[in-house]
Amino acid sequence: MTLRGLLVTSLAILSVFVRPVATAKAPDADGFLQQWMILEPIRVAGQLTDGAVQTLVKTTYFPDQLTVMPRNGDTVKAGDADLVWHLVETDRYNVNLYHFAYGLKKPTSNVLFWIVTVVDAPREMSGVRLAVGSNAASVWWVNGAEVIGIYNDRQTVIDDGVSKRLALKKGANVIRAAVVNAGGATDFCARFLDAEDRPIRGIAVSLPPS
Amino acid sequence: MRRAVVVAFLAVSPLLALEGQPAMHDPSTVVMQDGRFYVYATGNGLPIAISDDGWTWRRAGTLMQALPGGKPGPDVIARGGNNTWAPDVIKSGDKYFVYYSAPGTQPKSAIGLLIGTTLDPESPNYKWQDGGPVVWSDGVEDSNAIDPGVFRDPTNGSLWLTYGSYFGYTRLVELNPKTGQRLHAERKAVDVAINSEASIMIFRDGWYYLLVTHGSCCAGANSTYNIRMGRARKVTGPFLDNLGIDMLQGGGKLFLGSSGRAIGPGHFGLLDLGDGVQKFSCHYEADLDRGGISVLEIRPLLWRDGWPEAGDNLAAGTYQIESARTGTTLELAVQGAPVGGPRGRGGRGGPVAVAPIPPQDAAQVSSGWPAGSIDVRLSPYMLQAQQKWTVTPVANAGGYPGSSFAKITIAGTDRALAATQDGELITVPAFTGAPEQLWRADQLADGTYRLMPKSVPGSAVPLALSAIGSSTPTLARFRADSDRQRWRFKTP
Repeated sequence: MTLRGLLVTSLAILSVFVRPVATAKAPDADGFLQQWMILEPIRVAGQLTDGAVQTLVKTTYFPDQLTVMPRNGDTVKAGDADLVWHLVETDRYNVNLYHFAYGLKKPTSNVLFWIVTVVDAPREMSGVRLAVGSNAASVWWVNGAEVIGIYNDRQTVIDDGVSKRLALKKGANVIRAAVVNAGGATDFCARFLDAEDRPIRGIAVSLPPS
Repeated sequence: MRRAVVVAFLAVSPLLALEGQPAMHDPSTVVMQDGRFYVYATGNGLPIAISDDGWTWRRAGTLMQALPGGKPGPDVIARGGNNTWAPDVIKSGDKYFVYYSAPGTQPKSAIGLLIGTTLDPESPNYKWQDGGPVVWSDGVEDSNAIDPGVFRDPTNGSLWLTYGSYFGYTRLVELNPKTGQRLHAERKAVDVAINSEASIMIFRDGWYYLLVTHGSCCAGANSTYNIRMGRARKVTGPFLDNLGIDMLQGGGKLFLGSSGRAIGPGHFGLLDLGDGVQKFSCHYEADLDRGGISVLEIRPLLWRDGWPEAGDNLAAGTYQIESARTGTTLELAVQGAPVGGPRGRGGRGGPVAVAPIPPQDAAQVSSGWPAGSIDVRLSPYMLQAQQKWTVTPVANAGGYPGSSFAKITIAGTDRALAATQDGELITVPAFTGAPEQLWRADQLADGTYRLMPKSVPGSAVPLALSAIGSSTPTLARFRADSDRQRWRFKTP
């Protein structure tokens, strides 16, 4: 079965949909970003404390891991593994990484997922915050700056970790994260909040075409 | 109050009691003008106390000093006497009305009126005019016309006066909001309570509350003063207590009695600071921490099941600070260490571990904490050292109604919670006394607290500690309709 066929077969239980082509996509009604590039999971120790996760995300697994802007189907070599970037779209508030990895016959426990998306802002937007939830720990960067980390075994809760106030520049803004799972379910969600804590919808996910 | 009590204003400053010169008896409602707080009390000429922050009070002469003749007008003295006790004050239009007790040989008494346009003794416009007697008792009738309490009905702007002291009834008359004098003086006063004094009314959610003082005053630590209340759907009553007993038959749900080191609270007054933050004032007949003198007190006013309730100014101590929005706890953003005990699903029929696990403190786990500034965040409470905060009042740093500013430090350390220039939060390695490290904690109507720094660097806007997410605190404008800025202080 092809990868696409496998994923389509699995759609009955999947909350994610792997698309071959990126198209600009507005956040959903609650501001959640629903289109991401996700790298197949990297096996890690699965320790979730602050220090362990920070050590994990500061480990170099593949070249330019904090700057690369992948396209669907790009591959990287992490240790002995050849891993593929997938364009993933969800119709829910969250992206289910367990289903993503399971559907690819990849491990779901003791893994690190690199995820990235691009948000196009129509103008500079200051005083906004990146609000995330993840199962389990995660660390997030906006335009290369680390803005929030949430640690330990935890479930995905909307607006669990919220960054300090930051500015989205006009045009493309790169949102990147590493999600670390020890065992069981794993997923994440992310949205931007305005200065009044309201979800921002006047932006669009705009990943580069394959 | 049944006897004249002239209490000198004393300079005392024990921990967590109003600072400066708060010694007084029968205080009026505390009122604000131009950000300054004013209160008047029993004594020769009606002593004035002023505070710039509601915390540190200073004496500022007497009201009668600014009244031609320097004493109650002749009609007031004729109806009552020349004593000056237990005033109350309200702003009506562009005027201030002060109602005061002028008893002779009780129950022959009168309540006089003073009229002014400013409370500020330094103002060139500061003066008081004699408005004459408003109500009086002839010494025979079932009333003793002292202890005025003035109330504006928020539903229609009408003005009302309750008065009375033990001898017979507490009575209600309507006032003219323009003159301060009686409206419909030909009408008989309405009896609303009996065997009480120091009455005043407040309103909330369709209910009129009549608060009075029961018990005996003016005997220091032997006073049994206590504040009681009933409520009614109409301003004229009937005022029933929580058991349905009419206050005309002696009913009254307890609002505040003696407790702790304070004996004999009386003379309730509402201080509404806006944004849903309400305080009340009273005096204690005897503050045992100040040698048993009578002092002004300001405390939070809470509401529970349709009744007001006396809240507590946040006491010094060590607390877990929990967000009412998220249920998570404020903590230093450092990796926590489990407090101990076996892991796994123990306690299922195996041997019982009997050795208690000691509390975790900073000395046990802080060696790995960064030396400089450290972020704060919210996390499930795990009884860990980075989650325990010590609240310590700071001397000579000012305050707010009822309390001094406090520092909030990680227990066992001097690492202090601080506001940053960008309106966020951080902890600094050591408390320096900077205003962004000083905090006020106003207890809100539901018992939670609003936490605000004395100032935020570079911001003229007051900001409050806010849970913006389950794991993230920040500073934001206070919103009374949200749980974001409501915090519970729990004893670890």
